[in-house]
Amino acid sequence: MSTTAPPPPKKVNRIGLEVLNYKGSKTTLCAGCGHNSISERIVECFYELGVEPYTVAKFSGIGCSSKSPAYFLGLSHGFNGVHGRMPAIATGALLANRTLKGIGVTGDGDTASIGIGQFMHLVRRNLPMIYIIEDNGVYGLTKGQFSATADLGSTLKTGVHNDLPPFDCCALALKWGATFVARSFSGDKKQLQAIIKTAISHQGLSVIDVVSPCVTFNDHEGSTKSYSYMKEHEFMLQELDYVPSYEDISVEIPEGGVMDVPMHDGSHLRIRKLDRDFDPTDRFAALKMLEEAEKKHEVLTGVLYVNTNKPTFLELLNLEEAPIATLPQSKVRPSKSVLDEVMEELR
Amino acid sequence: MSTLEVSPVEPLSGQSSHSVINDFSIQVATVNGSGSQTANSVLMRAIFQMGIPVSGKNMFPSNIAGLPTWFTIRASKHGYIGRRKEVDFLVAMNPETAREDVMKLDSGAAVVYDAPLKLSELRSDLHFYPVPFDKLVAPVCPDAKLRKLVRNMIYDGIVSWLLAIEMEEIQRALVKQFGKRKAKAAELNWGAAKAGFEYAAKTFTKTDPFRVERMNETAGKIIIDGNSACALGAMFAGVTVVTWYPITPSSSLVESLIGYMKRFRHDPETGKATYAIVQAEDELASIGMALGAGWAGARSMTSTAGPGISLMSEFIGLGYYAEIPTVVYDVERVGPSTGLPTRTAQSDILFTAFLSHGDTKHPLFFPCSPEECFSMSIDAFQFAEKFQTPVFVMTDLDLGMNNWMADPFEYPETPIQRGKVLDAEDLEKLGGFARYKDVDGDGVGYRTLPGTNHPAASYFTRGSGHNDKAQYTEREDDYINNMDRLAHKFEVMRQHVPAPVVRIAEKARIGFVAVGTSDYAVRESCDQLKNEYDIDASYLRLKAFPFTEQLTGFIRRHDRVYVVDQNRDAQLLGLMRLEFDPELIARLRSVRYYGGLPLDARTITDEIVRQEGK
Repeated sequence: MSTTAPPPPKKVNRIGLEVLNYKGSKTTLCAGCGHNSISERIVECFYELGVEPYTVAKFSGIGCSSKSPAYFLGLSHGFNGVHGRMPAIATGALLANRTLKGIGVTGDGDTASIGIGQFMHLVRRNLPMIYIIEDNGVYGLTKGQFSATADLGSTLKTGVHNDLPPFDCCALALKWGATFVARSFSGDKKQLQAIIKTAISHQGLSVIDVVSPCVTFNDHEGSTKSYSYMKEHEFMLQELDYVPSYEDISVEIPEGGVMDVPMHDGSHLRIRKLDRDFDPTDRFAALKMLEEAEKKHEVLTGVLYVNTNKPTFLELLNLEEAPIATLPQSKVRPSKSVLDEVMEELR
Repeated sequence: MSTLEVSPVEPLSGQSSHSVINDFSIQVATVNGSGSQTANSVLMRAIFQMGIPVSGKNMFPSNIAGLPTWFTIRASKHGYIGRRKEVDFLVAMNPETAREDVMKLDSGAAVVYDAPLKLSELRSDLHFYPVPFDKLVAPVCPDAKLRKLVRNMIYDGIVSWLLAIEMEEIQRALVKQFGKRKAKAAELNWGAAKAGFEYAAKTFTKTDPFRVERMNETAGKIIIDGNSACALGAMFAGVTVVTWYPITPSSSLVESLIGYMKRFRHDPETGKATYAIVQAEDELASIGMALGAGWAGARSMTSTAGPGISLMSEFIGLGYYAEIPTVVYDVERVGPSTGLPTRTAQSDILFTAFLSHGDTKHPLFFPCSPEECFSMSIDAFQFAEKFQTPVFVMTDLDLGMNNWMADPFEYPETPIQRGKVLDAEDLEKLGGFARYKDVDGDGVGYRTLPGTNHPAASYFTRGSGHNDKAQYTEREDDYINNMDRLAHKFEVMRQHVPAPVVRIAEKARIGFVAVGTSDYAVRESCDQLKNEYDIDASYLRLKAFPFTEQLTGFIRRHDRVYVVDQNRDAQLLGLMRLEFDPELIARLRSVRYYGGLPLDARTITDEIVRQEGK
């Protein structure tokens, strides 16, 4: 028998899993693509919070962004659907099994152009899932055409000017009644982590628009979704901290300028105001601020809105607690006496 | 003025010398939105309650109020419940169509009409019964606002006296129609029917030959529309996720399902629903949700009509390629485009069979009656999960929206089978699985559901190229292997689809092939051909695509096989052409009708006689 010392214990999370258990297959996106950073954040967040991978379902549409669910949470089921219609697939799956934690990854083309209708209705229904828009202002997979989030006056690599104003997915989501709306930057590890973790805790739809530069087609001068543009124009609204339910919150007493938002699962989103006075539970204030920021060419990042009171779509449907997909026959096929009763009525 | 010519015909004299009993059709012409549906349903039900085989067909406009509507009731002692072309007994309530309706009648028909229309001036070879509806309705319905709705009930009384329909049955039918909660409305309508009956008794001398006589052919039977029958089938199939977008003529399928599910699919103790029904934002979303639900393990469905099928084509390709079970009801209506939304057709067959881009093909089920709407719905859900693919249940407006006499449905004996789904325990034993590997040789792989607590459970579903482990691939061999397996799976389905109904006439040189509601007209036509022309005809009614072996044998057995299509382009025939070799194709002939009305036997008979050169 070997007498060598045992290897050092592997680092595990609170449910005994390694970070490896939260990774996916190797990315095939370009080196330096913002989307890869976002995938890393998703891995970290689910690992750190100790979410069971089998309880998660991943969804995406079509495009570079939509490839990324293959690159995280390999132990979770994933569904890469059709262009712009991930919300429908996710809705069906979560209706079938309400115990799943849904996470969708989409792009600005997938959401703001072909999928704007489904996005709108997803928001309207407040389906409990995380909806991450990897926003780079271009269609990457078809080699660099403008998307509907490209800013007015921005240019393509080829010099083509964008003459149309952009859709601001956060402002639209706010208008349509979203219950958690945030914007971040793929390069901001700390902020994005806090936002994703809060979204994991949020019972409702979480819309997270992440500016995620396309290094191949939209990282040049003239782009408003480049790393350098974000460096100059990003305006951080808050410093964010996520305090999980299993950590004792009472030890740190918030000082002035700090706001604690309690989430349904007992966790807290701790928001420390920076320069600007802003209440993220005030929807109108958020919309106004986004309007003003657009005029000033600022990209506001942080939590724009959070509302933990609105019922989710699944709650409105009064569904069984157990997944309806796998209810036993005794629950889903009425008895013969029911058929007899109906037949009698029709005689 | 009408431009219709009045043809000189022998005027009728005196009372009819013969009687036509339980073998005629009544047509009621009204405007939609006038409440005639109640009066028509009651009339149909009363005849049904007298034990006489009966059918009702509503020909209505795509409109809410004010446009012409015709309701045809056919009583048939022989049990023919398909549409009859000829109208024997007209109730002309619509001033706009009355003249044309009258001019179309065959000599000897009877006409009940609103007296001010003065229709009796038009022809001298019909039996006319003028009725002053406004005068009769006023005393029985003091509330002027309700008169428009109650007025129609008067013709039920008039027709009952003329046709010898028992007034007790009218009353029973009214109670049935309105239920206990609307007893007052039933009472009001009963008053109107009685007023009509009494007026006819004291005013008219019956000159036409038509009347009913009690039979015993409907005992135990039910009356139901195909959409409700599909809804019941879905409920007893154990559907759990239903997504839809309103469209004529399929809306009432899910609306009826909502009613049944609310009554019978809530946990009696907690009140919680064992199902979800979602009205989606469009058909793109409804099929997407159905597939998402099917992927997560639900028995899911959506219901639509042609335009919705067009919109669903992209997602159906995903369902086919990613192999996700769901059931899609297509209640066909007349296309192309918006077409005639309230008229019937079987014109989505070819498109649906190959719906979506790339090489795709889908199983289609063709029920022809409420009984089959029920039983084949249950089959369809079972089949979708067995073969992990979208299944289409193809009905049409005639079946879906009209009321049919039917046998009570049989409770499903076969338990719900969820197909090849591996749970955590299975995975523990197996150590793992490959989602698209053909382990059993039937082309169907094993799947796992999201939420399965096992490290080997997950896989990634995609509409892009994938190998048997569900991994992304663009390799030539992976692609071909996968597509070949899918083709093989479709071949295996052939042995599992509902088998056709075959009726062989021993001496027959010709045969019919048809699907769905063409059945009624074809069966009646077989009798007409035999009785009137001494032509024997066999008949095979297909219940599904892909076709089974029986079809090949049937074609071989006959010199000429007439394929009946309710569309312009002979779509069912076209589908058969794709499957058979030239020797068999050479035997196929086409009989087509595409006017938007339910197919009638005479149209088929005339066409066969023409093609057979008799």
